[in-house]
Amino acid sequence: MPIIFREPHLDYLRQLEQLQSRMDRVFQNAFGLERSPWRVGVYPLVNISEDHDHIYVRAELAGVNPADLEITVQDNSLILRGERKIPTEEKQVNYHRRERESGFFRRVLALPARVQADKVEATCKDGILTIQLAKPEETKPRKIEVKVA
Amino acid sequence: MTEHELKVKAKEEAPAKAEHVRPGRVFLPAVDIFETPEALVLTADMAGVPADKVTVDLKENHLVITGEVAPPMGAGETMLEQEYYTGDFQREFHLGSLIDQAKIEATMKEGVLRLILPKVEKVKPRKIEVKTA
Repeated sequence: MPIIFREPHLDYLRQLEQLQSRMDRVFQNAFGLERSPWRVGVYPLVNISEDHDHIYVRAELAGVNPADLEITVQDNSLILRGERKIPTEEKQVNYHRRERESGFFRRVLALPARVQADKVEATCKDGILTIQLAKPEETKPRKIEVKVA
Repeated sequence: MTEHELKVKAKEEAPAKAEHVRPGRVFLPAVDIFETPEALVLTADMAGVPADKVTVDLKENHLVITGEVAPPMGAGETMLEQEYYTGDFQREFHLGSLIDQAKIEATMKEGVLRLILPKVEKVKPRKIEVKTA
């Protein structure tokens, strides 16, 4: 059943996802477990990383045309919407295996920090989507020099 | 067609048959295989594999496709939240029909490998006339 998101619901979903990732961490720490592979997630799965200036959100989206992707940044949520199309063969063909799926996806992600909504860049390369989000100046780590009095 | 929502499918790890030289995990790519009268067509999802890192190896009717992934993160980045793991892709197939090795076509686009394996033209039955001496 697809969930239709409207603005007021955004926050609940975000909190839910945060709770889920917190629970995962508890289990990871307590039992040394990795995320169980059968755990249900929301497509697409993402990896979030950071460096000094940016936050990076990456997703494996093989075969997704960048034109079919829609990325929205709102406060500190990132909304990923899109469609994966698999062209149908014109001729009558005989399938031996059909493991690849086509369809729609929609995901609301909580970003670990505030970002500058006007400084977001998204690139698609070899089926990997990378969204680069700039951290605001005030949250960047700052080095403080200690002066000798 | 009704609107179909994509579900998460866990990446399946490839069974280790021999020791791997490259560190990291190896996954099985999801594939579609279909057959036309002329050829066998294989498509495989290999996200993160650049075109020059794909190897297609065919010996007799044993096909091996391998893809090496580019580093998943830039230098100096720290992972905050990891939902999927990255690694190379490898999968083996036993093909039913003989393939014309010289005419194999492989294309890589948006992390999807498309392999066209044309079948060897069947040897036409030949009638041999017996001449009377």
